[in-house]
Amino acid sequence: MSATTIQPTVTLAARAAVVAAIAAQYAADVDAAARFPHEAIAALREHGLLGTSVPREFGGESATLADLAAVAAVLGAACSSTGMIFAMHHSQVLSLTRHLDGAPALELLVSRIASEQLLVASATTELGIGGDVRSSLCFVDRDGQTATLAKNAPVISYGAEADLILVTARTDADSAPSDQVLVACDRDSTTLEETSGWDTMGLRGTSSRGYRLTARVDLERVVPTPYEAISTETMLPVSHTLWAAVWLGMSRAATEISRQYVRAAARRSIGSLPSGATALVGLIAELERFEALVTAAGARFDDLSADRAALGSVGYLVSMNNLKVTASTLVADIVARALSITGISGYRNEGQYSVARLFRDAQGAALMVHNDRIIANTAQLILVQKGS
Amino acid sequence: MIALDDIRRILDAHAKLRVPAASVEPNDDLYASGMTSHASVNVMLALEDAFDVEFPDDLLTKTTFCTISAIGAALDTLVTVDA
Repeated sequence: MSATTIQPTVTLAARAAVVAAIAAQYAADVDAAARFPHEAIAALREHGLLGTSVPREFGGESATLADLAAVAAVLGAACSSTGMIFAMHHSQVLSLTRHLDGAPALELLVSRIASEQLLVASATTELGIGGDVRSSLCFVDRDGQTATLAKNAPVISYGAEADLILVTARTDADSAPSDQVLVACDRDSTTLEETSGWDTMGLRGTSSRGYRLTARVDLERVVPTPYEAISTETMLPVSHTLWAAVWLGMSRAATEISRQYVRAAARRSIGSLPSGATALVGLIAELERFEALVTAAGARFDDLSADRAALGSVGYLVSMNNLKVTASTLVADIVARALSITGISGYRNEGQYSVARLFRDAQGAALMVHNDRIIANTAQLILVQKGS
Repeated sequence: MIALDDIRRILDAHAKLRVPAASVEPNDDLYASGMTSHASVNVMLALEDAFDVEFPDDLLTKTTFCTISAIGAALDTLVTVDA
């Protein structure tokens, strides 16, 4: 593993732009081969972008959620899969760093994420729980100072490529399904037996394969904070904001292609408005709404960051659920509009006006944690929500 | 270097000047010679088409298209960069 070369003088934005250029270069091949974006992730590592969200006291840069969202959008515009991996990784990192509770082994682990630029994956879903990530079957099987975990996970995104996997499990053998903890498992002491591949319509580079996971960990690697709190105060708002940021980046890319297409058409028909020009106005208006949505989400979390009660409020939960549903709907709509504007040029898999890959990638947004499930969950929440 | 006469040819076609572009000096104000901002968009598109360049946002200002020499200078930077 290469040593980190964080240069504090180089802004996050500048480093994101460098990595995005590399990600863009390989995006078509990543998509075609349904392979992990090794080049882009290596570049993230080289530029210190995997450890940037770690607090300064543990060797990171204390990047805010607004900072991370800005990077996620730039990456998402270049390669959707790279953007999603960045988003998922930092959702996991913050789930650790914000819930250390002074545990020495976890503090050490977090400082290693910064110094070694470790890639962190998660294993939350499990076969047999009906898709509810707030329930587990597997449990922390304790034996003295160590424990073993055995989880049949239908999806662990980039699990085979990660250095660390955060696994949800019931606290003990006789705990209720919702009594969960988060366990940080080293890839080296974790066995992954592949149970399903990842040959999908889009987001083909996230390598979200299914695995039968078995891990042996030191008990100190069990995060002391209950997963319920981690999920509410960090995982949910951070992941939904960063996913939205990636989808915003994809939307920017689709809009830029549309703009170039319309401008080229205008050059061929100077003096008359080219077809697509008025549709582009609507597209840009949608993009502006999306920009405002993501900016607000990042700023709101950073404002509330230390206010655990506010982050745990029903109103905030409803808002974060709605963010995911709205953002995933916006990206699908914007890319569909871009396809309509660019027409058969956009429909092609090749050429400078192709939006085919973006279109396929965008379809995943509504389905990864299905919007129907989130809306049903939100509907339950608003029954107990008081006026805001 | 961009030939100023190439620019004049495009101005004749799209700028809606009150006079032939041949009679406009390099530093004469094109807007004062009758070019509207709407016409300047068409001039920009025609220049992009003729020289195979794209004006970046920071060059899309009124001053870039204010005189023939300003247009020539802007194109010089783009053509050099693209070469």
